[in-house]
Amino acid sequence: MHIELRDIRKYFGPVKANDGINLVFEGGRIYGLLGENGAGKSTLMKILSGYQSPDSGQVIFDGQTQNFSSPADALDKGIGMLYQDPLDVPAFSVKDNYLLGRDRRFVLNYQSASHELQEMTARFDFQLDLQTTIDNLSLGERQQLELARLLVGGAQVLILDEPTTGISAEQKEVLFDSMRKLAREEGKTLILVSHKLDEVQELCDHAVVLRRGELVGETDIPCPNEKLVEMMFGQIPERSARPEYDKGETVLELVDLRVPTYRLTIQDINLVVRAGEVFGLAGLEGSGQRLVLQACAGLLHPDQGKILLADQDVSGWPYHRMQSAGMGYLAAGRLEEGLIAGLTLEEHVELAKPKHSFFVKRKELYSKTETKIEQFQIVGRPDSNADELSGGNQQRLLFALLRDNLKLILLEHPTRGLDVRSSNWIWDQLYLRREEGTAILFMSADLDEIFERSDRIAVFSGGVMSRVLDTKDTSVDEIGHLIGGQA
Amino acid sequence: MNANRWMRWVWPAVPIAGALVVTSLLLILFGAAPLEAFQAMYQGAFGDQSKILSVMAFWIPLLLASTGLLITFRAGLWNIGIEGQIVVGALAASWVALSLDAPAAVLITLEIVAAMLAGALWAALSAVFKTRGNVHEIFSGLALNSIAIILTNYLISGPWQPPEGGTFRGTAPFQPAALLPLYENSRFSPLSLILAVIAFILVVIALRGTFWGLKLKAIGKNLRSAFLLGVSSEREMILAMMFCGALAGLGGAVRTLSWFDSLRQSISGGIGFMALLVVMLSNYRIFLVPPIAFFFSMVLNGSITLQLRTQLHSSLGGILTELMVLFVLLFGDWAKLGFSRKKDDDG
Repeated sequence: MHIELRDIRKYFGPVKANDGINLVFEGGRIYGLLGENGAGKSTLMKILSGYQSPDSGQVIFDGQTQNFSSPADALDKGIGMLYQDPLDVPAFSVKDNYLLGRDRRFVLNYQSASHELQEMTARFDFQLDLQTTIDNLSLGERQQLELARLLVGGAQVLILDEPTTGISAEQKEVLFDSMRKLAREEGKTLILVSHKLDEVQELCDHAVVLRRGELVGETDIPCPNEKLVEMMFGQIPERSARPEYDKGETVLELVDLRVPTYRLTIQDINLVVRAGEVFGLAGLEGSGQRLVLQACAGLLHPDQGKILLADQDVSGWPYHRMQSAGMGYLAAGRLEEGLIAGLTLEEHVELAKPKHSFFVKRKELYSKTETKIEQFQIVGRPDSNADELSGGNQQRLLFALLRDNLKLILLEHPTRGLDVRSSNWIWDQLYLRREEGTAILFMSADLDEIFERSDRIAVFSGGVMSRVLDTKDTSVDEIGHLIGGQA
Repeated sequence: MNANRWMRWVWPAVPIAGALVVTSLLLILFGAAPLEAFQAMYQGAFGDQSKILSVMAFWIPLLLASTGLLITFRAGLWNIGIEGQIVVGALAASWVALSLDAPAAVLITLEIVAAMLAGALWAALSAVFKTRGNVHEIFSGLALNSIAIILTNYLISGPWQPPEGGTFRGTAPFQPAALLPLYENSRFSPLSLILAVIAFILVVIALRGTFWGLKLKAIGKNLRSAFLLGVSSEREMILAMMFCGALAGLGGAVRTLSWFDSLRQSISGGIGFMALLVVMLSNYRIFLVPPIAFFFSMVLNGSITLQLRTQLHSSLGGILTELMVLFVLLFGDWAKLGFSRKKDDDG
């Protein structure tokens, strides 16, 4: 199928998300759509997949102008989009989910559903348990299910939005193989939305780069990485170097820790994090690393073992007491666990202060917030609502809210969904913190980040923690094996 | 965008007009003249001085309860139990009035303090059930409402029954020193107006200027994030409920010590539920609450005359006010009606 986007424009108030984009996608090829956060990638793909309509411009399939009423309508016409978070219903069984929105009869045909699914999984080497429910599947498996649903639904064009975030290396290989198969053998058009250059280099035939809502360049792949980076950012951002540090006193010590939860229990956790050290926890989502962070934050309480913060036994201390003791915690969900939609930046700054007066001093607060905005390079005003900020700016705001002189910072996915420049900036801030003697314990699904940023690493797999590895003496390969549970 | 902002200000009048139109249609359906009915209602509310004072007297406890609800709604709490908090406030005031002998100033002070305390504690029960027992405040509130009413019935037919025998109607009238001083021959007490104005000003300051008000807003919008930012959500929720309960209890005292002169079976008269409607109709805008509460009081008092003058039942007033709330809930928020698209996230 030949797809043409002609002069697509989409404005959100003063923000020009797409500002006159012209593009052509041919069948049988894999395209990479690149750009930093807020470049307009998602908007463009939402328009192509019928999720949003453009303010002006045309979407043309094989010479026919299209006007989608909904994503389902777009799928009927051959466009399928795989979202970063698959659109499925957690409590449903795999088959119900598959049939949802597809089988429009009154009585569902489960037999043909299993048949179709089995055929799909066999063809693409998917490892999918058809008898279970969605909440038992990993993100990668849910992705495979969604992919199967789109393909059987007749998708000729597949859009994949950051598909490799949060899935295992193995699942990534399967995904890439199936994408190649679809393009080469079946002549489908694939569009990979990503900001991971390596993936684009590995998989794509052609790259398209957006910046600030405009198309700034196209190139055939392979091409030098520098060329892509220059198109994305205008200039090549410097990779922030990891300054050397002096190991200080022990800040955090976990001794034979056991934390039971309904889904997973972690036990025999022993680790030491020193002042000025960055300690990375690797592993697939849900392998137990989040439980460690939550236990250290005082959000979960261990039933065995001890947590020592600066040689003081803090096991069982509640979260707010840990906060006053010098612990700072940033959870993964920005607007769920951290920021409050509907509250302004000023109000956030006021709430996060360690000490308060009875009345809010508006003027003082305003100038304090302005200082933070400048210091943390947030695109927003003191009276903007937190939910009006872009993802990267929300993350900056969260860092702006961390208190001063912390002993320990706990981070979940500190740079998830951020482009290279924003991630580097965040880490530069963290390096400044550790010069004050702050210990940093973080988890990330991005192995590169773990490897690049950590001094030492522990890997979680199914609730079991590996031995502690020194980053200098290990390799991505070794960690990859540990993540897969191979000691 | 200016057209949009302009619409946002003018829009609240639209559901109110809609409710008036539907009520008029209902009247026509029953063969009555709408204009005549609304005129009768207006006469009933503002016809002469005594009617205006009656509207005022009914307005004050309603305003107190609505003012309290501004606090709980800000914290994201559905204080359905406000009805029971009004009732226990009235019970506590009655208990002081029936059991103590003292000069009016002392007696009235004690009655008011007792009523506010009782209301606050009754509300604290709901709050603690929520934070400790994970019981939603709507369910505990409904249960506590029933218990408060049952308690009233027990007291007026048992220990506090009048000397001539229990009738389920109420206690004997209190000693004159126990009643709030009234304006001339009305049921309106200027003292209660002063208290209500003070309460309203305090709430405005608390919500607009204090850190406590900001914490309540944070809790109301996102409990989890507020907790992670350092707000002790349990403490603030209990305090918010107690604050509202105290004002509701005060409202109950005003009801029993000025609107009535004794403890009656339906001492609240549904004011608590009405206050919920007032706050919803105001769309949580503080300064709209007093006029809306006044409007409700006007309509409900006017309906009494309506029934006397025309053959229409006085529940017409209730129909009108409740239709308004319904229309506001359905069409009240211009921004959510989808005429102006909201900004979408772009990654």
